[in-house]
Amino acid sequence: MRHTIAVLVENKPGVLARVAGLFRRRGFNIESLAVGTTEREDLSRMTIVVSGDDFVLEQVMKQLNKLIEVIKVSDVSKNSVERELVLIKVAANPQNRGEIIEIASIFRGRIVDVARDSFVIEVTGDEDKINAFIDLMRQYGIKEVARTGKISMQRGSKALQV
Amino acid sequence: MRAADAIVKALEKEGVKHIFGIPGGAIIEVYDALFDSEIRHILTRHEQAAVHAADGYARATGKTGVAFATSGPGATNTVTGIATAYMDSSPVVVMTGQVARSLIGNDAFQEADIAGITMPITKHNYLVTDEKQLLKIIKEAFHIASTGRPGPVLIDLPKDVTLADIEFDYPEKVDLMGYKPKYVGHPRQIKRAAELIMQAERPVIMAGGGVILSNATEELTKLAETIPAYVVTSLMGKGAIPETHPLSLGFVGMHGAKYANYAVQESDLIIAVGIRFSDRSTGRLSSFAPYAKVIHIDVDPAEIGKNVRVDVPIVGDAKLILRELIRFIQYKQRKEWEEKVEGWRKAYPLRYRKDDERVKPQYVIEKIYELQPDAIVTTEVGQNQMWAAQYFKVHYPRQFITSGGLGTMGFGFPAAMGAKVAFPEKTVVDIAGDGSFLMNIQELATCVDFGIAVKVVILNNMFLGMVRQWQELFYDERYSATCLRCKEMSFEKIAEGFGAIGMTVERPSEVEDTLKEAFEIDDAPVIMDFRVDRLENVYPMVPAGAALNEIIDKEV
Repeated sequence: MRHTIAVLVENKPGVLARVAGLFRRRGFNIESLAVGTTEREDLSRMTIVVSGDDFVLEQVMKQLNKLIEVIKVSDVSKNSVERELVLIKVAANPQNRGEIIEIASIFRGRIVDVARDSFVIEVTGDEDKINAFIDLMRQYGIKEVARTGKISMQRGSKALQV
Repeated sequence: MRAADAIVKALEKEGVKHIFGIPGGAIIEVYDALFDSEIRHILTRHEQAAVHAADGYARATGKTGVAFATSGPGATNTVTGIATAYMDSSPVVVMTGQVARSLIGNDAFQEADIAGITMPITKHNYLVTDEKQLLKIIKEAFHIASTGRPGPVLIDLPKDVTLADIEFDYPEKVDLMGYKPKYVGHPRQIKRAAELIMQAERPVIMAGGGVILSNATEELTKLAETIPAYVVTSLMGKGAIPETHPLSLGFVGMHGAKYANYAVQESDLIIAVGIRFSDRSTGRLSSFAPYAKVIHIDVDPAEIGKNVRVDVPIVGDAKLILRELIRFIQYKQRKEWEEKVEGWRKAYPLRYRKDDERVKPQYVIEKIYELQPDAIVTTEVGQNQMWAAQYFKVHYPRQFITSGGLGTMGFGFPAAMGAKVAFPEKTVVDIAGDGSFLMNIQELATCVDFGIAVKVVILNNMFLGMVRQWQELFYDERYSATCLRCKEMSFEKIAEGFGAIGMTVERPSEVEDTLKEAFEIDDAPVIMDFRVDRLENVYPMVPAGAALNEIIDKEV
């Protein structure tokens, strides 16, 4: 079972190491982790995807809450908008360029760089969509993939705030 | 004001009276400032001992203990001390020197990333990168260490920070967005707990170190009497109820009395207070208290449901919650249960084979208890610790000081120093093994230097006794690396070499007189070397991974 947790933390050096260390020490598995600043410059938001049953989820959330610099922890696995961004560098030649552009546009991707024999394509979406797109690109020859990891926000007016 | 002077002034404001530590290049400014302070500094001979001493001081008094060390090796030497305090939730503030900010990350002389190293073994820690934050950090550190579930906090002080010129504006209050411990228990949960208690026919209270940390021993005893319920404790919970109380069954778990373990296994309700259900207390979890519902009271929500399934969780301070809970309880006689437990108590007392020739370690502890029932007792780790826990009946909180969670050999002696510094008028006894005592033996110098008159009782079996016991019982007597063969070694002479008093006891008939003589000395540390029966084992014993009622015992 996979869970997505949103964590509001103080924007201070060492906080990421503390969170990552906690996961390692307690034997929790991080599948992805994304961090960025928020509307307040003293706060950062982490989105962590963790695998495990409900018991593991409960422990993860409780242990995170014990960290002094962690301000709020919320399970955002359900009823959420989830997005990930990927940059893919894919090999291209005059014969398949058109095809690649077409597939990218079906995925609402954007060609953000064009070279003589490659494209860099940007795609956003949920994990399944990104995986599907990467799979489709394999046939052309993927040179590089960079994914941000998932970020997530619950639908509706309720907000994760201090 | 020089930041170093501000640090010392801040410590004075926090009410610090004693600091344990060792100076060095990176923390020399702070020591310079300390020279003019009223705070008494105890120069230990190893930084590990400084933290254990601060920890022992904290456990004996309830006040936050403070230790100093320099950068690099000084700081890394504190690690075992910090981990010990962390596992047993002891409030300690450790301040370490660090190389100057411009040198951090350069592998400078005596540089170690102690904030990184201690991240998983501190409640929180700080590297001070901005001198303007220094006083706020000290204020926060003392607040975090001593509130909620207490624990060690480390502050790493770069040398140039301690030299900086700052304003002394010590904050009055702490406001941490992410740290707001919850103390008041949920009223509905408390009522639900009371209902379960009133329904229970075989209730047992399991009390842990949290009862002592929250000063809730009176409330706990009153709850036990009101229900009435038998009380078992963890090792850390010894003192949560006087062990002489008729409802006390002593400590539970691997080396607890049979009647304590049977009571837990047969109970239909466990009322767990400030206890974290460690494997040493529960035995095999899948067979733990199979008929019992569980009420769990703890200030740390992460402990609730971590090991044992809980029916009624109550997050908050034990003292406040127990006070509320008692209001809803009416006395209800449970005669059948009482008879059952008293039957076990009678049938399976703690016992050992008496001997006229060889000194039995249990006998030594019985005699200490007889002569000095009010002494503060610290222990090392292993057989000495278990015999002390079995045969010394603790009757007030903070009387029994032991490394329960981490199981640190070498803890008891410096912890005894800390307790003795806090209570110079009290008798403080470290019950030690020969292996453990060697691990911080250098502190004899500290004791002599500062006139810290602790008593060390070495139960000397020339073995790493507990490991040897396991090898005897579970490894076909293959005594791999457990024999500390040193018949020629004399702890008496070592003590004398340090300027302390040493005594050697080889016969049971000498035990009592030697202890009496030692307890009359109050101006010097006394080291008593009891040459005990080398092959004596700790019984009863629940093997690791067995259920609490699967007990090995030996005929006497």
